[in-house]
Amino acid sequence: MSQVTTQPSVDQIWEWLDAVPDPEIPVISLVDLGIIRGVEWQGGTLVVSVTPTYSGCPATAIINLDIETALRDHGLDKIQLKTQIAPPWTTDWMSEKGRAKLEEFGIAPPQAAGGPERCPNCQSKNVTRVSQFGSTPCKAHWRCQDCLEPFDYFKCI
Amino acid sequence: MAAPLTDNEALFQFLLRMGDNTLILGHRVSEWCGHAPVLEEDIALANTALDLIGQTQMWLGLAGEVQGEGKSADDLAFLRDVWDFRNLLLVEVPNEDFGRTLMRQFLFDAWHSIQLGHLMKSSDDRIAAIAAKTSKEVTYHLERSADTVVGLGDGTAQSHDFMQTALDYLWPYVGEMFTSDPVDAAMVKAGIAPDPASLRADYDVLIKRVLTEATLTIPDSDFAHKGGRTGAMHTEHLGHLLTHMQWLQRAYPGASW
Repeated sequence: MSQVTTQPSVDQIWEWLDAVPDPEIPVISLVDLGIIRGVEWQGGTLVVSVTPTYSGCPATAIINLDIETALRDHGLDKIQLKTQIAPPWTTDWMSEKGRAKLEEFGIAPPQAAGGPERCPNCQSKNVTRVSQFGSTPCKAHWRCQDCLEPFDYFKCI
Repeated sequence: MAAPLTDNEALFQFLLRMGDNTLILGHRVSEWCGHAPVLEEDIALANTALDLIGQTQMWLGLAGEVQGEGKSADDLAFLRDVWDFRNLLLVEVPNEDFGRTLMRQFLFDAWHSIQLGHLMKSSDDRIAAIAAKTSKEVTYHLERSADTVVGLGDGTAQSHDFMQTALDYLWPYVGEMFTSDPVDAAMVKAGIAPDPASLRADYDVLIKRVLTEATLTIPDSDFAHKGGRTGAMHTEHLGHLLTHMQWLQRAYPGASW
């Protein structure tokens, strides 16, 4: 653990946060997910605003802990985490990098049409919905009719 | 005769009504976890319950702030007894079977989605923000509960009977959503929330469309059980529910995670 003597820039902090993985879907970072809504210095305190994906997402507490741990590891000790619910989180805030990583991992990224564009495993467009809900609040359960593999689809909200 | 409500007391009561609805329904739906007929339904019910309990944290969290006695959402959820709850009677009735659970969910989701649509325009920014956040989830709940009501209502003869029985049983609990009292009058006056009665027309259009598609008959009665949202009288079921939900805090006061 290093001790910081000068205040790191906001850009630097965004970079650090982009290295913190989402606890449920570790292939994307919290920044990719679009849930870090603000980073600013208020005097000597770093204020990070985080927005929840779903109201009851059980990962919310872990996410806050992970952010705090990462920033402490970079030598910051005066950190304030703020929950910001307005405007509400939307999958539009997910980065292009995040979307590509999701698909590579086997999770179809959100689409405005409300369903996956293609199977993340074989790219077939012949897909069918199994359930509107999936293994986490942010996902639904789909299946490919060609390769027959089930897959998760990141819901569009 | 009780003293007239202050604006702050009315706002507190309004927030309890919102938060207690989502808390009690969330708990009821969570009772299915591990018991639903198929895995996908189990996951769907658990996710819905999770959303509702998450929404409760926001509503009761704000209620605690407005009350100004330093109470958290958890304090309000776990340290009140039956007479202090302000949820609709509809959400406390037992699950009974999958059909009744989904019919109850649909009848509530329909009201909830219309109510939140109005609350997004609330004069209170905190309420508008919670409504904007939660209405996205509730739109999803409504889509699912409406689809399931249609699927089962217009399904086999057996599933149709289950759904009609559920609708007949739950119908007398629908009217309470549209009753108004001095708390509502204070909310309307302050531009915080709509008059419940004003939501009825939109509600009737929505549920008629879905229930007709589901080949179900809406009972021809406007009798309504009341008393949940005012706290005047709950059903016997709420007390039983609380003994489960609040057991830990009752047995080990102050226990924390």
